[in-house]
Amino acid sequence: MTTLNINGRNMSVDAASDSPLLWAIREQLQMTGTKFGCGIGMCGACTVHVNGEAVRSCQTMVGEVAGKKITTIEGLSAKGDHPLQKAWIAEQVPQCGYCQSGQIMQAASLLAKNNNPTKDEIVAHMDGNLCRCMTYSRIQKAIMRAASEMRTASNPSTERRAT
Amino acid sequence: MNKHVKINQAETADLSRRSFLVGTAATGLVLGYSAVPGLLGADDALAATASNFEPSIWYSIAPDGLVTVTCGKADMGQHIASTMAQIICEELGADWRNMRVQLASNDPKFNDPVLGAQITGGSWSTMMNFDAMSRGGAAGRIALTEAAAAAMGVPASELVVRDSVISHSKSKKSMTFAEIVKSGKATKTFTPDELKAITLKTPDQYTMIGVSVPQLDIPSKTNGTAKYGIDVMLPGMVYGKVVTPPVRYGATVKSVDDSDAKKVPGFIKAVTLDDKTATTSGWVVAVANTYANARKAADALKNSYDGGPNAKLSSQSLLDEAKRLQGLDDSGQFFVKDGDPAAAFGTAAKVMEAEYTTNINIHAPMEPMNATAEFKGDILHIYSGNQFATRSGAIAAGAAGIDPKFVVMHQMWLGGGFGRRLDADMMVPAVQAAKAIGKPVKVIYSRENDMTMDFSRPLTYQKVKAGMDGDGKLVALSHDVVSAWPTARWGIPDFLTPSVDKKGPLDSFTVNGADFFYTVPNHYVRAIKNEMAHNATPSGQLRSVAPGWTFWAVESMIDEIAHATGQDPAQFRVGLLDGKGKNDGGAQRLRNTLLAAMGLAGYGTKQLPKGEGMGVACVSSQERATASWTACVAHVAVAPSGEVKVKKLTVATDVGTQVHPDNIRAQVEGAALWGLSLAMYEKATLKDGGIEQTNFDSYTPLRMSQTPEVAISVIANGEKPTGVGEPAVTVIAPALGNAIFNACGARIRALPITAEAVKAAMKA
Repeated sequence: MTTLNINGRNMSVDAASDSPLLWAIREQLQMTGTKFGCGIGMCGACTVHVNGEAVRSCQTMVGEVAGKKITTIEGLSAKGDHPLQKAWIAEQVPQCGYCQSGQIMQAASLLAKNNNPTKDEIVAHMDGNLCRCMTYSRIQKAIMRAASEMRTASNPSTERRAT
Repeated sequence: MNKHVKINQAETADLSRRSFLVGTAATGLVLGYSAVPGLLGADDALAATASNFEPSIWYSIAPDGLVTVTCGKADMGQHIASTMAQIICEELGADWRNMRVQLASNDPKFNDPVLGAQITGGSWSTMMNFDAMSRGGAAGRIALTEAAAAAMGVPASELVVRDSVISHSKSKKSMTFAEIVKSGKATKTFTPDELKAITLKTPDQYTMIGVSVPQLDIPSKTNGTAKYGIDVMLPGMVYGKVVTPPVRYGATVKSVDDSDAKKVPGFIKAVTLDDKTATTSGWVVAVANTYANARKAADALKNSYDGGPNAKLSSQSLLDEAKRLQGLDDSGQFFVKDGDPAAAFGTAAKVMEAEYTTNINIHAPMEPMNATAEFKGDILHIYSGNQFATRSGAIAAGAAGIDPKFVVMHQMWLGGGFGRRLDADMMVPAVQAAKAIGKPVKVIYSRENDMTMDFSRPLTYQKVKAGMDGDGKLVALSHDVVSAWPTARWGIPDFLTPSVDKKGPLDSFTVNGADFFYTVPNHYVRAIKNEMAHNATPSGQLRSVAPGWTFWAVESMIDEIAHATGQDPAQFRVGLLDGKGKNDGGAQRLRNTLLAAMGLAGYGTKQLPKGEGMGVACVSSQERATASWTACVAHVAVAPSGEVKVKKLTVATDVGTQVHPDNIRAQVEGAALWGLSLAMYEKATLKDGGIEQTNFDSYTPLRMSQTPEVAISVIANGEKPTGVGEPAVTVIAPALGNAIFNACGARIRALPITAEAVKAAMKA
């Protein structure tokens, strides 16, 4: 048994330390918002945060993350209202939606450090996340929208001057 | 009169000839459904609630006023469930905030009203369900209005329905839908004839159609709560991981050594499939208590195979065979046979020939294939996101050795479909493992299984010969299309098309699009089945299917002819779209769409720098009878190295009526980028009978950094609504090829387009 701290809660899981975090989260702890896409770290569908960094949970072994803070899409916000989640709805981003948990988690790690990214910075940060429906332009717009909201929330007076 | 121009009554009847009766040929399948009472899915559980009002099989209204629509189409990201709800909502007069959706089981009452089966594809759903959903919605409004009139003691004709409230302005009385349903007074039912007699709204009365309402499925796709097939959890469930042979199709398992697998904790059993449906060949499932352990056990299995008859084949073998078949006079069957091209070539001032090819392409939806199977008493329950519940349920039954009427298909959200989930291979390992173990089994493919066992877009080879008169007018065109036949593989005669030379049915899903709307007096199209490819690479319907390759050939050739005869390629097309004879109506719409795209892109009005070019293409995808008129102007820059940078794609599409403008734009953009991805970034190859590309490191769909600007113009001219999921896929490759030619003089005739090929063609 390994104890994992996921979304602020300690959870026990009967998974070998050399087995992927992805399967422990999805199939054993049944938090299925994190998706399986490729198993080799090439698509980003399985992206979660470990101590605030976006990682591919298919490439992260259970033994590596014991004692670390793991965040999944289910724990990104209390009510599904992270600025990115709101922006994803406002821009009507998802089509099939399967990759979008990973897209949002990947984007969240960018905005946590940089709430005013350029388009090029967004592309560089997001290029490892495949969207087979090809919603890329809406993903970009939604990230820009969320960043704008985060800037306004953190410093309303600055934002007013900027506009 | 051209019966193909729009979906009128005659056309609808024509399409419904595909209706499933019962029974099929090749595989001996019987298409069936759950006809056993008391076994129904969630949809029926809801409808069975006594206090709900169910004016139509497509939705019910609860006493709290919530309207739950049951969608019989697979929702793979095209938001079709929400679209069905929107069409119902328009006529019902409900408040959009009260609308909900759920996904139908395979109960045949949820069959497509035109197609007579549960199948989602062809960009058909909106056009074929618009009328039925409209009438269902209107029936509910009429029933609620009559009940409200009785309760208020006023004439029904004086009542106004809006946002789930029925009001009477003179008396200032009003009732909500919730109050009427709660009263139990809304009980009116409609016969099919009564439904048919309802007068529907005219477009000027629409308040919902044409409005970009928030899609009902989107919030659940931003917080991880949307449930896909892969997310199903059943009590006592164990996991299966398939082990697939090195050969795509035709291999058999000689032996399975599970001695190392037995050392994996939680390993239960290795099950060798006995697939009488012939959907799979040579597969084994490793079953274990967790999926991680099932993967370990699968890796530990040592299987030996007989590679079978296809084990030596390569992409080159398939192409060589295609060329051989095309060279035979008696190959194939005719799809179009107008005039006499051979005679016309004899008298033509100029004759040109060209070959066009496309490589194998893989669907690779982001959610790998999966299915969960559970036997409960006599009933087999299948949980999976699937586009063809009618046939897939039958395959599951075939794998179980039971009658299809004992199979209940539980539909899930699809993590991408693109045609891949029309197939049912994933049912077979889930069913046979569940049967062997005696527990529910969830089978999840690895990405490697998913890619190497795809029912791919087939390798295609096309030869086009054109004859022009002294004025450069196109007088004859013969077009041979050689490929595996994806739809013939289904073994359902109703999906095939009689050949015009009466040589038996052909798979029109290999030649659609070649029956274009250009006026060419002498025009032959021949569909030639590449049996070798058909057996070695069982093919499927990949987003846009035939028009994805036929227009590559047609629209490239038209451009080649224009250049060879000194005409502007766009104006040349306009001239061919004269709307004469059978092309009346459609040709004019396509011409207008082309002109719209040219206008939006600034075609012919901009001076482009050296090395840049614009190219045009226009298409009547998907079928003549169901076309969305679509045109593209591609703008590219080509480097001396042959590297192509796509600067912008401008796409115009005439969809008749737009239900949800924002969704149409999303679909058209996604389709156009699929077209780009197929044209430039995706290539699969066959070697030693197996697909060489196994994951996203070697099969490489478009990424964000490769995404150009896409400008979209949607033309809604009040004609009947047409589909948007696929047509824009088909117009991109030829527009790019034509743009590359205009930029640097390199003519590309093979997809995908590579820098090496462009550079080589520049020198030539």
